[in-house]
Amino acid sequence: MYAMSAQRNKIHPHKYSLWIAMGSITMMFIGFTSAYIVKRAQANWRVFELPKIFWLSTVVILLSSVTIQLAVHQFKQRQMIRYRQLITLTAFLGVVFAALQLYGFSDMAAHGLKLDGAVSVSFIYVIVAMHILHVLGGVVALLVMFFRAFRKNVKVYSPVGIEVAATYWHFVDALWIYLLIFLSVAR
Amino acid sequence: MSNEATLHSHQEVHGSLEHDQHGNGHDGHEHHGTFISKYVFSMDHKMIAKQFLITGIVWAIIGAFFSVLFRLQLGFPDTSFPWLSSILGHWAENGHIKPEAYYALVTMHGTILVFFVLTAGLSGTFSNFLIPLQVGARDMASPFMNMLSYWFFFIASLVMMASLFVQTGPASGGWTAYPPLSALGDASIGSKIGMDLWITSMALFVVSQLLGGLNYISTILNMRTKGMSMTKMPLTIWAFFFTAVLGVLSFPVLLSGFILLLFDRHAGTSFYLSDIFVAGKALSNEGGSAILYQHLFWFLGHPEVYIIVLPAMGIVSEVLAINSRKPIFGYLAMIGSLFAICILAFLVWAHHMFVTGLNPFLGAFFVLLTLLIAVPSAIKVFNWLTTIWRGNINFTPGALFSIGFVSTFISGGLTGIWLGNSSIDIHLHDTYFVIAHFHIVMGVSAFFGMFAGIYHWFPKMYGRFLNNTLGYIHFWITLCGAYLIFWPMHYEGLAGMPRRYYDYSTWESFKQFAGLNHFISIVVIMVFATQLLFVFNFFYSIFKGRKLTIANPWKATTLEWTTPIHAGHGNWPGEVPEVHRWPYDYSKDGVDFIPQTVPIGPNESEH
Repeated sequence: MYAMSAQRNKIHPHKYSLWIAMGSITMMFIGFTSAYIVKRAQANWRVFELPKIFWLSTVVILLSSVTIQLAVHQFKQRQMIRYRQLITLTAFLGVVFAALQLYGFSDMAAHGLKLDGAVSVSFIYVIVAMHILHVLGGVVALLVMFFRAFRKNVKVYSPVGIEVAATYWHFVDALWIYLLIFLSVAR
Repeated sequence: MSNEATLHSHQEVHGSLEHDQHGNGHDGHEHHGTFISKYVFSMDHKMIAKQFLITGIVWAIIGAFFSVLFRLQLGFPDTSFPWLSSILGHWAENGHIKPEAYYALVTMHGTILVFFVLTAGLSGTFSNFLIPLQVGARDMASPFMNMLSYWFFFIASLVMMASLFVQTGPASGGWTAYPPLSALGDASIGSKIGMDLWITSMALFVVSQLLGGLNYISTILNMRTKGMSMTKMPLTIWAFFFTAVLGVLSFPVLLSGFILLLFDRHAGTSFYLSDIFVAGKALSNEGGSAILYQHLFWFLGHPEVYIIVLPAMGIVSEVLAINSRKPIFGYLAMIGSLFAICILAFLVWAHHMFVTGLNPFLGAFFVLLTLLIAVPSAIKVFNWLTTIWRGNINFTPGALFSIGFVSTFISGGLTGIWLGNSSIDIHLHDTYFVIAHFHIVMGVSAFFGMFAGIYHWFPKMYGRFLNNTLGYIHFWITLCGAYLIFWPMHYEGLAGMPRRYYDYSTWESFKQFAGLNHFISIVVIMVFATQLLFVFNFFYSIFKGRKLTIANPWKATTLEWTTPIHAGHGNWPGEVPEVHRWPYDYSKDGVDFIPQTVPIGPNESEH
């Protein structure tokens, strides 16, 4: 048997990788938002109101952060039925969030704020859409966890998987809060 | 999770592999997988490293061959080469490369060499190969992600390769893909589907780099063996670490730039476009800024040159210390300078944009920060020179290429001080001086580092040696050739000869360089032929090279040489060795070398 002593660290490598990945994703959105700032300083910048529905979607994604945290708790208590319910609810809230964002897009389009219009408008579409993609990535991760929880022959006792998923979920939540504040303030 | 558990975690993904109990793997760690799981979809970091290397070699041949083709045009503008028509078809009618083909060749040469060879081929190969072996880990933090990293690179390669064969040709607006040329399909023939494939391929490439980088960082920080503190790591690992940090933080910004570019191409947005006429027709795009793209591009683009050269620096530090039988000079200063370069890399991007109308006041800061890079670079050069100073040097091909690296890094680096000044840059921007500078300091140097690494670690990779005689021929022709090619370009550049032009013979100011261009092109062909000699040596030696009979042929201290000659997946058949000392105990207390696994003796002197 190989020595297990080689590993003296406390943090799981997958969790570690996730933190680096979150740094990487953050850099991408920093890229977008700094492009936004550079562009805003130039001529022809059009100011407009963000769709009101974005505030509702914010409530939804905050709520989903609470549910996934409860899911982690239930997993550790081995309450697997509650756990499955909670991750399903979280994934559902993620989809609702995405739908609300898309509704926000149609709301913008209805007010004449089209993707191929002013650059400030295009930025909203691109940034918000890229964020939706990252939320949907989290939904896919939760679906994987969901089907894993139903496997008969393999039982998972390590909470690492759900903890990684939860950390990522909180991250896209926080990312949205940052974007919402940024887009509201820097108009 | 232990190394062990990480190594086995992939079996959950790959159900086809037999699941041996952890307890009975006493000797060897061979996964008796199928051909597919061993050579194709392998999760062994050593096999993935070889996949990166060989894919990189294929790309290097293609990319270098492209340079031969466009050098034919530059060196022999009036000569017809009928064989060009046979291989390029209508892109080279009457034996002359068409301007469109010329621009496509130049663009693809840059893209292939910068990204596919010197990023994926260099850091992909050696980070994968050396990180687990030298830090004492059985594999990467996530072998599965590591495999994905290679296959994303492979798909990116396929897409880029496909773009070479589309009817309108590959991207041809320069490797930097500046809009509006890259944003408007009607702008040029290479801006059509070729450009879309270029962006797609590059996006996949970024994903590959991120997956790889995540793994490298988390392996280095998390998976080190017992006793391997950060300051006991070989400098190779430090270099790969900073390379990965640069990549993970800067590639996403490039990706965001590409995403905006895609929207401009296909969704009618105007991020980069404003007030443009194509073929006499005004476009409706308004309010965009082409400079915005340059900011996003160079925020990656500049760290990218360090992503290319840092691994070479790490490899050279290691190979020089081993082959001069001396400890590396200034180990901590080497780490400090790597760190300084890593930080400064993010703060100098606008020196590529001095002539874009950048505020001169802002430019002054970028000049200062750019020139500051000379400090850590000089520290590194000083330390390499003092490492080999009065050393008992073994002039192996690896050592020669390392010394060659130091030479080209000095001569190419010094011209960087010229270009970093915004006022001199007004004259030199986009001239052959720039071409000469970055080819020597980044292209040739990085290649030399890569060759040093290949000659040095080939025995560990394949259990055989590369042929030494061919290695010496390879080194001397490449070193002399590189200087003969790029040295004259400094003069052309100082005279103001701009880069990226198709034909200088009709241009009164630069007609005088016809002979020089002729000469450069002839040397290019000779150097290219020599690289093919290396490729022959590489593949011949995999099967027929002199066999390795001892585990540690270079008498090195680092952990990779404590593994068996043909190490299986998991690297060490028994326990992972424990580390007791730094990796540079050469010629200490009269002992030639002391491996890292040897405990510190009672009467040992400090290093």
